[in-house]
Amino acid sequence: SFSLGPGAGQDVGRSCILVSIAGKNVMLDCGMHMGYNDDRRFPDFSYITQNGRLTDFLDCVIISHFHLDHCGALPYFSEMVGYDGPIYMTHPTKAICPILLEDYRKITVDKKGETNFFTSQMIKDCMKKVVAVHLHQTVQVDEELEIKAYYAGHVLGAAMFQIKVGCESVVYTGDYNMTPDRHLGAAWIDKCRPDLLISESTYATTIRDSKRCRERDFLKKVHETVERGGKVLIPVFALGRAQELCILLETFWERMNLKAPIYFSTGLTEKANHYYKLFITWTNQKIRKTFVQRNMFEFKHIKAFDRAYADNPGPMVVFATPGMLHAGQSLQIFRKWAGNEKNMVIMPGYCVQGTVGHKILSGQRKLEMEGRQILEVKMQVEYMSFSAHADAKGIMQLIRQAEPRNVLLVHGEAKKMEFLKQKIEQEFHVNCYMPANGETTTIFTNPSIPVDISLGLLKRETAIGLLPDAKKPKLMHGTLIMKDNSFRLVSPEQALKELGLAEHQLRFTCRVHIQDPRKEHETGLRVYNHLKAILKDYSVQHLPDGSITVESILIQATAHSEDQGTKVLLVSWTYQDEELGSYLTSLLKKGLPQSTA
Amino acid sequence: MAAHLKKRVYEEFTKVVQQQHEELSAKKLRLAKPSKSAALHVDLCKAASPADALQHLLHFARRPVEVESVEGVVRILLEHYYKENDSSVRLKIASLLGLLSKTAGFSPDCIMDDAINTLQNEKSHQVLAQLLDTLLVIGTKLTENPPVRMRLVEVACKHLTDSSHGVRNKCLQLIGCLGPVEKGVTKEVESQSAKDVQKIIGDHFNDQDPRVRTAAIKAMLQLHERGLKLQQAIYCQACKLLADDYEQVRSAAVQLIWVLSQLYPESIVPIPSSNEEIRLVDDAFGKICHMVSDGSWVVRVQAAKLLGSMQQVSSHFLEQTLDKKLMSDLRRKRTAHERAKELYSSGEFSSGRKWGDDAPKEEIDTGAVNLIESGACGAFVHGLEDEMYEVRIAAVEALCMLAQSSPSFAEKCLDFLVDMFNDEIEEVRLQSIHTMRKISNNITLREDQLDTVLAVLEDSSRDIREALHELLCCTNVSTKEGIHLALVELLKNLTKYPTDRESIWKCLKFLGSRHPTLVLPLVPELLSTHPFFDTPEPDMDDPAYIAVLVLIFNAAKSCPTMPALFSDHTFRHYAYLRDSLSHLVPPLRLPGRKLVSSPVSPSITPNEDPCQQFLHQSLERVYNLQHLDPQGVQELLEFTIRDLQRLGELQSELAGMADFTATYLQCQLLLIKALQEKLWNVAAPLYLKQNALASTAAKQILEETYKMEFMYSGVEGKQVVIIHHMRLQAKALQLIVTARTTRGAEPLFGMCEKFLQEVDSFQRCFISELPHMQGSFVDKLLDLMPRLVTSKPSEVVKILQTTLRQSTFLHLPLPEQLHRATATIIEPTGESDNPLRFTSGLVVALDVDATLEHVQDPQGTVKVQVLYPDGQAQLIHPKPADFRNPGPGRHRLITQVYLSHTAWTEPCQIEVRLLLAYNSNRSKAAKISKSTWSDSMEALPPSENGIEGTIPFSKPVKVYIMPKPARR
Repeated sequence: SFSLGPGAGQDVGRSCILVSIAGKNVMLDCGMHMGYNDDRRFPDFSYITQNGRLTDFLDCVIISHFHLDHCGALPYFSEMVGYDGPIYMTHPTKAICPILLEDYRKITVDKKGETNFFTSQMIKDCMKKVVAVHLHQTVQVDEELEIKAYYAGHVLGAAMFQIKVGCESVVYTGDYNMTPDRHLGAAWIDKCRPDLLISESTYATTIRDSKRCRERDFLKKVHETVERGGKVLIPVFALGRAQELCILLETFWERMNLKAPIYFSTGLTEKANHYYKLFITWTNQKIRKTFVQRNMFEFKHIKAFDRAYADNPGPMVVFATPGMLHAGQSLQIFRKWAGNEKNMVIMPGYCVQGTVGHKILSGQRKLEMEGRQILEVKMQVEYMSFSAHADAKGIMQLIRQAEPRNVLLVHGEAKKMEFLKQKIEQEFHVNCYMPANGETTTIFTNPSIPVDISLGLLKRETAIGLLPDAKKPKLMHGTLIMKDNSFRLVSPEQALKELGLAEHQLRFTCRVHIQDPRKEHETGLRVYNHLKAILKDYSVQHLPDGSITVESILIQATAHSEDQGTKVLLVSWTYQDEELGSYLTSLLKKGLPQSTA
Repeated sequence: MAAHLKKRVYEEFTKVVQQQHEELSAKKLRLAKPSKSAALHVDLCKAASPADALQHLLHFARRPVEVESVEGVVRILLEHYYKENDSSVRLKIASLLGLLSKTAGFSPDCIMDDAINTLQNEKSHQVLAQLLDTLLVIGTKLTENPPVRMRLVEVACKHLTDSSHGVRNKCLQLIGCLGPVEKGVTKEVESQSAKDVQKIIGDHFNDQDPRVRTAAIKAMLQLHERGLKLQQAIYCQACKLLADDYEQVRSAAVQLIWVLSQLYPESIVPIPSSNEEIRLVDDAFGKICHMVSDGSWVVRVQAAKLLGSMQQVSSHFLEQTLDKKLMSDLRRKRTAHERAKELYSSGEFSSGRKWGDDAPKEEIDTGAVNLIESGACGAFVHGLEDEMYEVRIAAVEALCMLAQSSPSFAEKCLDFLVDMFNDEIEEVRLQSIHTMRKISNNITLREDQLDTVLAVLEDSSRDIREALHELLCCTNVSTKEGIHLALVELLKNLTKYPTDRESIWKCLKFLGSRHPTLVLPLVPELLSTHPFFDTPEPDMDDPAYIAVLVLIFNAAKSCPTMPALFSDHTFRHYAYLRDSLSHLVPPLRLPGRKLVSSPVSPSITPNEDPCQQFLHQSLERVYNLQHLDPQGVQELLEFTIRDLQRLGELQSELAGMADFTATYLQCQLLLIKALQEKLWNVAAPLYLKQNALASTAAKQILEETYKMEFMYSGVEGKQVVIIHHMRLQAKALQLIVTARTTRGAEPLFGMCEKFLQEVDSFQRCFISELPHMQGSFVDKLLDLMPRLVTSKPSEVVKILQTTLRQSTFLHLPLPEQLHRATATIIEPTGESDNPLRFTSGLVVALDVDATLEHVQDPQGTVKVQVLYPDGQAQLIHPKPADFRNPGPGRHRLITQVYLSHTAWTEPCQIEVRLLLAYNSNRSKAAKISKSTWSDSMEALPPSENGIEGTIPFSKPVKVYIMPKPARR
């Protein structure tokens, strides 16, 4: 059975799930909530264990990918709360995660001046506890617990993890994407039939259009603006979408032989690009195939941005952080370019209320900047969403691929999850759960228990019937011995020998009355012919003394002592032939067919 | 051959024996027959260990066995088989049996019984599988023998219960390949067993081993291929296999379902979980569509490919494949395609989209949404979005095939195809453009679609652009704005890539002739005419202006009202273009314009004839006037050559012919000039320094004859004789010149010998043609041959000189079609002033892009030559894959040439050119002679005939490069 707790149930942000599987405790992701600036931003780890060390309680921690809502609380958890066990993540995650944590730390501590936050050293110490895994590599955490990573798309290095103890298994998807994009492939999992699939459900109620239309629109807009001589500003977050858009523009520039410069703001993006260059195996087919000629992330047309370039005349495209236009470089450039109607700003993602991004997207044309300054926005404002989460269809597709016995939805809004839950139950006929934050769900499994069988017995038993058939269970005779915490199936003789017991034979007899005026041996013959016709696969014999044997079952026909018209069939079988014996009796009870001859 | 083999066997045999005891070997040698079987027998008897025996067998397997001894060898192998305890040796023997029964001419029925017998007692599964494989080989050799096949199938059925997957696999394969397929023809028994075969195979669809399941499906497919009609009952079994855990099973099952859907398209099958029933082909289509989103890409490719060939499927199922219901937060959303269509139909253009333009509208009923779509829903939407490009290409191909058979589907799939024009992989883009072209008869492009299509015109890949031009040639555009848009984009394309000129003009030609009525209202704007004012005359050499004119003139062909809109200079330009670009500008009936109508009036349509006539007349003149004074002949030749060259320039269809004859006449002229030199009469020592003319003439003639032979496609045997004859004359001239200039007879002796040999081989090669060459040089020479062979070199030279002078000039009959091989280097353009810099000692790659016309077998003959300023030349053989074949007679070479050099101080130019390599061994003459004189040709030393050389056939292009010294 499993139980789950505490973070991210029906909420986007702060993923943290605790799974207990067959006595092992695994923590999946250790995210933080971007919306809070107090204690609520980190999961409540006291939930896991009130007293006693986390290291003793948890067998391992698994991080699915490097987004802060999946790994942001890791240094806090391992260094400040205290955890010394292994932390598993993929190689790209291990490489990029500390950069993001450091950046995050800088913003909170250096800019906002918060104290009681993890330090750079803590991030470093935390990363020392990380064990990196490869895709499809089965890692033995301890003797019983093993984990395996599958490709998840979403961002570079994102993975789904299968956690397996004995014959029970859980698959945790993290965030994943079932449609490929310009730089990453689609998530894939084999038919591993886990007992439970924990899936994200950010887009539980959305079915998206083909990505191509959106890409084409995006490119067309950029192209048109550049041809007009305008400047294009694309505010992005440092990682993930930025790279996708870079690849998109880079290939387009290459294809169309365009000359206008493209810039991206230096710093985090530059560092991240370096890692994208290194982890080519984690990208999509196109990039993997062409990297022999040229690594797609070594951009030919995209150069690093310098503040002075913003005033250069002529067309250009600039990627600048942050994505919501609330501060920093992107806002500076925006202010410079907003006045010209030839220019354009493309918002590639969602904007939080209150930010400049949100304001201009909702159609506001006059913005009040700090210092009572009014900024008139004449430039074109476009919205272009490229999301890297699986939509409802994608989630269903993954469930179809993995064929789980139970599904648990996390990382989404309750109302939307309700819809998906209903769909999953209806179409796959599996149980679906959607626990709230901090709620524990217990799922009962039907564990199969392995039993050792002696080879001799196995061979003997398989030789009896027809060919073994994978799809059907097969009946086998043997004695189960449970001794010293192990199960063995041995032949009855051996069991008797081991237990030092003598063998007793148990025989069933049964009388069946049949209305048949003929003589005894004639009745016997009729019974024989009848059985012979029906039981083609068995050896049916008519013995000279008038009795019939079917395999080892004996049938004798005698006249009834009182009524000569009634014949009594005596059926006798041993305990071992119970199945055939009872079948025969029921057959005979139905009576003989009206003889034609 | 056989004797030779026997000899070898004998040798081998002695060798083996010699390794044994020596006195024994001597004895054995006498005893043993030198046959292969005996040798093997001895080997196997001697073998001490299984490993040893295996070695012998392996050794044995490498040599061929003659047909007569196969049976004996088989017997010996079988004998050893029964004795052998080691399973690996038995396995090898079993495989050898199969190998031996494959021997051509050997009928394996005599060993079949033995082979079957071996199966009885075999315990090892691997050996069993191998034996069954052997039986399969035997069975396939004896296909005409039904009883044998029946027997083998029975044997296979018996072993189907084996516990090893390998054995079961082979059994199924055997049944699939040999199972009876003819039904009810002979006896009832056979049709009974035919039914059984399907049942037997069908039973193994549920085998526990995936490999056996796959084999069972494959066997079933094999039966189908051999002509057995599969039963419909298999269908539901096959459907279950689609959910198999193993990809190879699923992949095979998809194929089986496809086969069944083709066999029983109209049968009715029930839909599970409802009372409805549908046609089998629809059901199968739905199931295969479902597999397009399978977990394994191999299956996805397979499924996508097969979809294309299911044309019987009903249209609403077909249209579902493009359907995907979008929603956002449980509200129905329209796809971008739907939005675009709506915008278009409402007459509004893209409104500068805002955030929320695509905002979802109506609420949807949660119950009605079907997330895992049953059947065909959205199969192509998924296939086209797949992560593997193999799947995407397969999906595009399938779309193409289905759209070709269903116009309504073609209309619907347009949006998706247009989307594919922006795929990240070029092959996919190209494929979808081609697909679009193939279905273009069925469709009319909407303006917004045209817009997207045209956007691709800026693609930097020439292949894509050209494919797109081809597409535009045959698309239907619905509005005049569309035509205008296309023209504007094409002109933009033209300014960006001037090399596309021809292709764009051609495209506009078709665009104009297809849409005359749409072009008509655009004419004033395009020609920028004004009702009251005269507008300046545009520049006639501007390719863009020519493009516009091509469009208009082609439209005007079927639109008689259009010429009324032309201004004066347009008519003048028409006359000029009609003359210079006659393949692009059609003849027009222009009322009241004498200027135009008189010279090229459409009434004289066969205007090729005068040219052809002219060609023949001028040649006739030349051939007839042999007896003029030398001066006159020379002049006539010179004029004719000039005429022909001009004709070639004007009339592109006749260019090959004209050039060819001009070259021939040029040769003749050179020969005459060389012979006319006064210096022949002067004593030898005096003109030593003046022999330059004659010897260069000889050299040039030689070169020209090679060009004539190898550069033209369509040259026939008749011409080859003449060319070779000309070459022979040139060689004679060379010999004479050398004889005059060199002292001493020694070198001359060899040369004479060689020349006479050449005459000899000429005679042998073209013996059939000799009667047509009355009075020619060769004819006369052959008469004198007995004298020549015996006389001294100086005599020979004298005779040659006189015959050469007296000989007549041969007619060059012209073939039907003659095209000169040409090549144009498009890239590098040679215009760049920026030197290509690289470190000396390292290499730099230079992209070369060239079009080749009328080159036969370019992969073998076209080479790239790089000439460095220091005279160093480098010859590069492009890879066969670098040649593409865009049209008949056209090739395109896109390759990379690697340059390297030691350091220079200044950037300097290198020359890049294309060469046509030839080898006179491969020449047409050789081909002709093969048929007549095949044996003696082989005997000829190759050096005599095998002259290899190259002909430059493109203009050289200069590239600026600068190797820098390496920095240390």
